[in-house]
Amino acid sequence: MMEIKTENYNVVYDRASQSIVFDGSLRLNGSEEYSSISELLDHVLKDEPEKIILNLKKLAFLNSSGISILSKFVINVRKQKNIQMVVLGTTKNPWQGKSLKNLQRLMPYLKLELD
Amino acid sequence: METNSLTTKDNIFGSFVQNLPPSQEYLILSFSPGSIPLRQRWRNNCLSADFLADYLSTFFLGNDDQQPDSQKQAEVKSAVSYIANELLENAMKYGLEKSPFPISIQIHLNPELIIFQQTNSIHFEQVQKFQTHIKKLINGDPEELYILQLEKSDGEQSGLGFLTMLNDYGAELGWKFEDLPQESSEMAVTTMVQLSI
Repeated sequence: MMEIKTENYNVVYDRASQSIVFDGSLRLNGSEEYSSISELLDHVLKDEPEKIILNLKKLAFLNSSGISILSKFVINVRKQKNIQMVVLGTTKNPWQGKSLKNLQRLMPYLKLELD
Repeated sequence: METNSLTTKDNIFGSFVQNLPPSQEYLILSFSPGSIPLRQRWRNNCLSADFLADYLSTFFLGNDDQQPDSQKQAEVKSAVSYIANELLENAMKYGLEKSPFPISIQIHLNPELIIFQQTNSIHFEQVQKFQTHIKKLINGDPEELYILQLEKSDGEQSGLGFLTMLNDYGAELGWKFEDLPQESSEMAVTTMVQLSI
């Protein structure tokens, strides 16, 4: 599944632009509720892309369970090796300035662009 | 939040201010643990957290003479929303649904410090496990614990709520456990989060 569209959030993978775009507000309860998102992310990895752009600019809210899911995804990208990882965020959503830097600690050559 | 317990077997951990001095602005939300399924009640976390942040943002950094720094206001509002949401999620997940004891969350605003206090009931049998977890948080390095928690194999819950408050928001955490004499199988646990702004 390459796109998830709900009332509160959307997650879309566009293979052509190598982007996974999140928008809305994500505050699901635990890994079970996040499972369709995890599956989408796993699916992207199985594609073995050269580059993954995780575009979070329009993600206005993410709870700790969501932070965990994204972090585990970054760990899996790191393990796969040879994938260039870029994370796009914005200081207009203040949580991103606080929490996204941890993704770099998980994967030092991850490129984090916060505008 | 006081109990009428004669046996004050309070257990305090971390940074917990026992008698909060009065603050200029505060808001308290108190509600029943609930009779409808968790999945349906979950959306109320969002409503409550955003309401708290929105309500209190009126008072953030309001120096009458000066223009409020809108970036800073946005950051504070976002932090309040995030922390309140995490606290409420914890109450929903770990609190006792059938307990007569309410879930409550209070936020106290001071010029440079916001204090959150969230209380819910917990089963007596869960107390030991929770206290062990708390001790690990207090004695460990939040950055290391954060990474360790992520590298752990998948559990249903992320275990990152408190760690993100410590690591990402630089908050100070404290906990207080109190007897509930009316309910011998339950205790009340209060989590305190102090956020410098």
